[in-house]
This record gives sequence, C-alpha cells and structure tokens, in this order.
Amino acid sequence: MNNAQSSSDRIPINLRTEALEQLLVERGLVDPQVMDTFIKTYEKDVGPLNGAQVVAKAWTDPEFKQRLLDDGTGAVAELGFKGPQGEHLVVVENSSAVHNVVVCTLCSCYPWPLLGLPPAWYKDPAYRSRVVREPRTVLNEMGLELPKDTEITVWDSSSEVRFFVLPQRPSDTEKFSEAELAALVTRDAMVGVAQVSA
Amino acid sequence: MTATIDFDIDGPAAPPRSNGELVFEEPWQSRAFGLVMSLHESGAFTWEEFRAELISAIAAWEEQETPSEEYSYYQCWVTALEQVTVHNELVTSDDLAGRARDLALRPAGHDHDHDHDHDHDH
Repeated sequence: MNNAQSSSDRIPINLRTEALEQLLVERGLVDPQVMDTFIKTYEKDVGPLNGAQVVAKAWTDPEFKQRLLDDGTGAVAELGFKGPQGEHLVVVENSSAVHNVVVCTLCSCYPWPLLGLPPAWYKDPAYRSRVVREPRTVLNEMGLELPKDTEITVWDSSSEVRFFVLPQRPSDTEKFSEAELAALVTRDAMVGVAQVSA
Repeated sequence: MTATIDFDIDGPAAPPRSNGELVFEEPWQSRAFGLVMSLHESGAFTWEEFRAELISAIAAWEEQETPSEEYSYYQCWVTALEQVTVHNELVTSDDLAGRARDLALRPAGHDHDHDHDHDHDH
C-alpha cells in the first residue's frame, strides 16, 4: 500500500471524503454545483425505469428488439439512454431454454444509464464469487427457481462489455400497452436474478 | 452527461422502486460518488484509471486475512479516488491526511457530514 492509503487508514471515512472534497473544490478541480447535479440525477432520475422502457419496447417492436440484440448501445441511444458505463452494452435474451444472469466478478461494472447504480448485493463479494460457481443455488436463494432443463448462462461484465438481460415477456400480457409492460419489469429481472410476472 | 428523461413518480410508469433500495446509505457515500463523476467528466482521470484503482482496493480488502470491518463498497471507492487523485497529482497524500486530521479536530458537533446545502436554484 502506498502513502495515500496507509497514512489515512485510521481516519474515519467520512472525514477522508470531506478532505478530498474540500481540497478538490478549493483548487477549482471540482465544481460543487456540477457534483450536486450528478448526485441528484443518479439518486432521482436514473433508475431501472430506463431499462424497463427498453425491455417493453423490445417486447412490442420486433425491429427494435433486433437492433437491441445487434447493437445494444446504439439501440438504447435511440431512446436517449447514454452516459458513463453505458458504452459497449450487450443485450442477452432469456428464453425457456436459456436463462441469463449478470455479474461483475472484479468490481461492479453495471449499465448505469439503464439501471441506475447497482444494488448492494450486486457489489457484495459473496454474490460476485458464488454466482459464477453455483448460479442455480444463488438464484434459488434469491427466490428464483428455474426448471431443471433451463440452462443458466452467467455473463461477467467488465469495462469492455456491460451485459443487460432481456427477460421473457410474461404470458397473458398480449393486451398490455408498452407503458403497462414497462411497469412490470424490475431491476432484478434485467440483471437476471428474477423473472417478470404479470 | 447523463441521459435523463421525464417519467412519472407515481402510477404504472413510476420507477420500480419496490425492489430497489437506497442508493447511498450515508451522505459521505454520495459525496464520494459525485466527486468521481465530476472529476471524470472534467477529464481529471479516465474511467479506466479509476476502475483499476477500485478493483485493486476491493481486491486488497478481500485479501485481508482477518477483515477489520464489514465490507464497504464505498470505502473502497474512496480509497480508489484517493489513489487516482494522488497519482494524477491533483492532491498529495500529505495534503489529504493533513486536511482530514484538521477536520477531525473540529469542536464536537461539527464533525459530521455538514453543510452540503448548496444552492440548487439555477
């Protein structure tokens, strides 16, 4: 460990953060207004609803769905969703034969523009290591029981590729509008630890 | 910067928060997040530089034989931010440690995350 770490180990984390903020603002490297806008945006505006709209459109518009599977980043940009950690988006489609689940084994790579910031469990060392080794058990523990003959594919996100799951459209939703469908889609379904139900 | 859209807060099109959880558990976490986003946007470091530091901070935590405390993602995030700002010569580690010690010496009642009520009206 170098100095930045060892010299600050015993200082409470909130003070380390405050020291960073003070020094960076004083030196004109961070504009507090810009910083507050980022925080507000991610707390309030960027959330899984973006991803839910993408899923609902893919369920109702076959041409969009094809573009989404061919070029995830380009297709979601059509809906205005882009930004940090949205580059190199790859969409993987669930079927009755294959269920996809996403992890970032090294840190917490996650498609922010579509899903907001990752939930605590996604960043947890236990999820990151176990879902690769024993996905069926981990999914069971998270409340998702898949048929035995459904194959589970685990996708490891990285800085090069962010994976996003296109869940299966639930049955009996033929008459649902796109907005009604979007309301059914949960964040967990788009990470692949849940399914969408009507 | 980020894609934003107008969507309903209530009703069927509201964000699915029922399976969500608080993004930030404590104020310092949101400050640390905002610092990284601002510095990245202004080009103070690349995302890859920050991510590499974050990965090594997380790995360092995981390699401890007897973890001294519960895993905290944002604690690793702050460590990564310290590393990348020092490495890119935005601050020195002495500056950071010195300022944090000064902050710790504030009179009681002033040692919490305080006074972040910046004016949002413009």
